[in-house]
Amino acid sequence: MLVSKYIKKWFPVFALPTLAAFCLAFAIPFVMGLYLSFTKFRTVNDATWVGVSNYVTAFTENNDFLHAFWFTIRFTFISAITVNILAFALAMLLTKAIKGTNVFRAVFFLPNLIGGIVLGYIWQLLINGVLGKFFQKDLTYSSAYGFWGLVIVVNWQMIGYMMIIYIAGIQGISTDVLEAADIDAAGFWAKLFQVTIPMLASSITICTFLTVTNCLKMFDQNLALTDGAPRNMTEGLALNIYRTFYNIPNHQGVGQAKAVVFFIVVALIAFLQLRATRSKERDA
Amino acid sequence: MNKATRIVGVSLAAMALLTATACSNTSGGGSGSSSGGGYVYFLNFKPEVADVYSKIVAEYKAETGVDVKVVTAASGTYQQTLTSEMAKSQPPTIFEINGPVGYAQWSSYCADMTNSWLYQHLDDKSLAVSTSSGVWGVPYVEEGYGIIYNDAIMKKYFALPDKAVSITSTDQITSWPLLQQVVQDMTKHKAQLGIQGVFADTSLKPGEDWRWQTHLANVPLFYEFSQDKVDLTKGTPSSIKFTYGDNMKNLFDLYLQNSTTPPTQLGSKTVDDSMAEFALGQAAMVQNGDWAWSQIAGTKGNVVQASDVHMLPLYMGIPGEDKYGIPIGTENYFAINSQASQASQTASLAFLQWLFSSQKGMQFVSSAAPNGLGFIAPFDTFKNGGPSDPLAQEVEKWMNDKSVQSVSWTPFQVMPSQDWKNDFGADLLQYAQGQMPWPTVESSMVSDWSTQAAAAK
Repeated sequence: MLVSKYIKKWFPVFALPTLAAFCLAFAIPFVMGLYLSFTKFRTVNDATWVGVSNYVTAFTENNDFLHAFWFTIRFTFISAITVNILAFALAMLLTKAIKGTNVFRAVFFLPNLIGGIVLGYIWQLLINGVLGKFFQKDLTYSSAYGFWGLVIVVNWQMIGYMMIIYIAGIQGISTDVLEAADIDAAGFWAKLFQVTIPMLASSITICTFLTVTNCLKMFDQNLALTDGAPRNMTEGLALNIYRTFYNIPNHQGVGQAKAVVFFIVVALIAFLQLRATRSKERDA
Repeated sequence: MNKATRIVGVSLAAMALLTATACSNTSGGGSGSSSGGGYVYFLNFKPEVADVYSKIVAEYKAETGVDVKVVTAASGTYQQTLTSEMAKSQPPTIFEINGPVGYAQWSSYCADMTNSWLYQHLDDKSLAVSTSSGVWGVPYVEEGYGIIYNDAIMKKYFALPDKAVSITSTDQITSWPLLQQVVQDMTKHKAQLGIQGVFADTSLKPGEDWRWQTHLANVPLFYEFSQDKVDLTKGTPSSIKFTYGDNMKNLFDLYLQNSTTPPTQLGSKTVDDSMAEFALGQAAMVQNGDWAWSQIAGTKGNVVQASDVHMLPLYMGIPGEDKYGIPIGTENYFAINSQASQASQTASLAFLQWLFSSQKGMQFVSSAAPNGLGFIAPFDTFKNGGPSDPLAQEVEKWMNDKSVQSVSWTPFQVMPSQDWKNDFGADLLQYAQGQMPWPTVESSMVSDWSTQAAAAK
């Protein structure tokens, strides 16, 4: 009673700065962006209304946008699975009583602290070095090289972070439950699938959410590693939008429309994924 | 509790105050100039001379008392920077466009410069970006590109007893067959000449392919447009034929087959790699422009002497090409922001006039980097005293050679979009890798031109 009175009284004082920041940095740009997608504009305060024609152009002008869409979906599907499996495996390994687990955790986490552009360029050198030495080729030779290159880079970058979340989850599982499973003579796999994984459902929700959305939005790794080569075959959605915006005259509005479509796609997929994994969560 | 309320209240008020002052600061900035309420803000395109501009504006301030703000966009981000700067309350008053396509994008921001000092004193008025209703961009630098060669290595070749040609020096190469013969024969004598390839690598990494998709392709398009009498003042033609595509292939093949690098590895090579190979004496020739001298001279371990670098035209076997020299032109045009106040526009033009006509200003323009801009300025005030940079001198030599005309840069300025260039570059890479036959490169480039030209409208 008393508490809620205080909350009521103090609410505006504490919420206002955050709310103002939220409006300035998110709500206003978002609404403006939505508006601009229906206009032809050169700078953001100089726009003329053109209706839905930008959306039509985005899909009909050429196949690049749809290609980028499917490329991103394929990439996200594969990366989200590999990142989570590998991160989970590492987490299992590093919660065992082995020497130097803390050192290993730090080592696996480190790539996450390096920016995507830097990682992209480093891996470009590495992959080109290997392809050049053994096949006299480079990343631009085939879109498969670029695709799997991106999968490697993103795995390298995200596994450490997801691993930390899984480790926290695994350490949170009560030993009582695992002991009970031992007494029931459950083997390693039975314990893994019947106890550990179900108990980790909330970690899995978070990790898949983070990997799926990050993969869908991937930009800097894409720009630095392949820049779309060969001929836009490894171009993700974000990179396609960026290039539409800046590389084709009078296409700012089209780029903006693509960005709105992009937002809807990411939000929809993230929502479906959250609903699917949340339903598996239970209170332990 | 009362105390707490007060603290929060005071800090909120402080925050509000801070924001308010910050706002008034931005809107009031630059009004200290003596140009009657106007201001001068130049958004510079060339990062390599950013430091020189800060010296220039300091000098201008000392002489006239007028503040000039110069902001330089990072390499490759000019359009992004310009787009966001233009949306601000104090947008640039002087900005740059890259030719007719740039004008098409920024036409609502370009003021008519017909009566400006800059346009009136332009050597060749046809160089400006203009339409029947006005002049929208005035070039401020002339540049040229061609096949840069290291004469020290070439002399070594011409001294060989078993050379396959009868000519005795590189400047006697005046046609495609001769160029081809010399280059192929040099490849045979690679070991004796101490080079890894005649040409430095054909850099085809995405973003590093402009020497081919833009500069090399300009030459066949130039001959096509002149032959078909295409009017380029209206901007991008709605379609092209690529009549001389096979000729472009001639020279491109020569680059690929007589190179330091196998064609399958060109997708990871950059212009920097290429210029370094030339500077280190691993290659005898490289296609690039006069802006490359600072790169060559700045390479650690550079062996190329300033007196040894010269340029050859891009011969590729097009009928009548012996009457033409190297491609000379510009893609840097000053434009004045028409949406700025009249006072600001006048002040901006006054600054540019000072830069290209006053003693001090002209000295900054023509002395070589890092003390000056090192430009070949196309204004009639620059009659005496050429540039000090050896490649710029070479461009000037070709410009003044009355026996040949220059190939113009206009064809690549009317290429439909960066997107088109990138796609064409990607196809050239696939051709180099042996993954795409030349006829497909040609046909997709021609059909992309039509669709992109229509899209950009």
